[in-house]
Amino acid sequence: MSKLKRSPWIIHYDGSSCNGCDIEVLASLTPLYDAERFGVINTGNPKHADIFLVTGGINAQNESVVRQIYEQMPKPKVVVAVGICAYNGGIFKDCYNILGGVDKVIPVDIYVPGCAARPQAIIDGIIQATELLEQKQMEYERTEKHQKKGSDNT
Amino acid sequence: MTITMTNVIVALCYLIFAPLVGGLLAGLDRKVSARMQGRRGPSIWQPFYDVRKLFNKQAIKINDVQDFLVICFLFFIIFTGLIFFVGGDLLLTFFALTLAGIFLVMAAGSANSPYSMMGAQREIMQMMTYEPMVLIPAVGFYMVTGSFYVSDIISSPISCIAFLPGIFFGFLYILTIKFRKSPFDLSTSHHAHQEMVKGISTEMSGNILGFYEIAHWYENVFLLGVVGLFIVNSHWLSYVVAVVVCILTYLFETLIDNSFPRVKWQHMFGWTWAVTLIFGISNLLILFFIH
Repeated sequence: MSKLKRSPWIIHYDGSSCNGCDIEVLASLTPLYDAERFGVINTGNPKHADIFLVTGGINAQNESVVRQIYEQMPKPKVVVAVGICAYNGGIFKDCYNILGGVDKVIPVDIYVPGCAARPQAIIDGIIQATELLEQKQMEYERTEKHQKKGSDNT
Repeated sequence: MTITMTNVIVALCYLIFAPLVGGLLAGLDRKVSARMQGRRGPSIWQPFYDVRKLFNKQAIKINDVQDFLVICFLFFIIFTGLIFFVGGDLLLTFFALTLAGIFLVMAAGSANSPYSMMGAQREIMQMMTYEPMVLIPAVGFYMVTGSFYVSDIISSPISCIAFLPGIFFGFLYILTIKFRKSPFDLSTSHHAHQEMVKGISTEMSGNILGFYEIAHWYENVFLLGVVGLFIVNSHWLSYVVAVVVCILTYLFETLIDNSFPRVKWQHMFGWTWAVTLIFGISNLLILFFIH
């Protein structure tokens, strides 16, 4: 039986987005789309989150913030880049302060296309992220066991 | 009080079924809230999925004591309910509840995060607010039945609510604080977003957060048990009525939760103490003069 799939808790961070994607992320939680029917909770707390939803590109100022949020999240975790800006900087790509997409700083697992990404696409991305969480959980358990064995031997 | 076979069976039933009932109530709360907002909402089993997930995640240890303090919180919450449901002393029950609350405050205060610290401070403020109204029912039950023991109170011929309507109302009022429902969910909220991240539980993760959730389920079942104690008398039918009243109380709290915005602590403190004085103390005074 699935251990993590049914309870994806999300932390949403707005990089240097135009707020279009952020509005759509929040729209996913409204009665029309109701992402909570899949157990989604928008926690706002990295220590409770399983999925890191980033909108907008990475700039010189938020680089460390994104990295810190990612590091504070307990394993297993999945990163979802929402919208074209989170993929490669999008329309802001050539701005002097933009470093590029989210994958310049942290490993991204799933890219949600769109400008702005539609709520249906975002929910689809989250559901794919839950599948990935299951896989990562198995890997995490395996490495934990491996480490335990290693520490027992020494 | 002697330990009988019935007591042991009741205690075992409590230990096993209280988290089940508490979790289902939490699921019902989320479902009903969603329907009130015109959403479909998650499955009624969602709280169990959440806790199951938490036990399969990495727990980030922030210091040496927080895990221990959270487990103490869980232990004393279970202990509280255990004394209550086997018919023990009501005063001891409420003191154990307060002790559990203090462990939670210490767990939150041990973290180095400002959000967690603020949560701890606000929790102390909440305890200061609800504590009188937690003790007054115990005094009220004693004045009506002549005993602090739950086993004596439930064998009285007339339901205590007949003598304690004011105290019942006052207790319902502080239940909003205890259930962490809006407008009084200052220290932490069971909803996602709050002005200080998650308050008390900000720094908890993985299985520790799971234990915290389970403790909350036990606590809710115990609190609804106290609500039921107002209704139960020596007649068997009163138990059915008590269960119905408990469910209605929980749904009423969900309605309140969805209807009011969070207030400042000054308002929470002022209003709650006003209710305590007007309904709780005056009920006690009337009882004192009638008896």
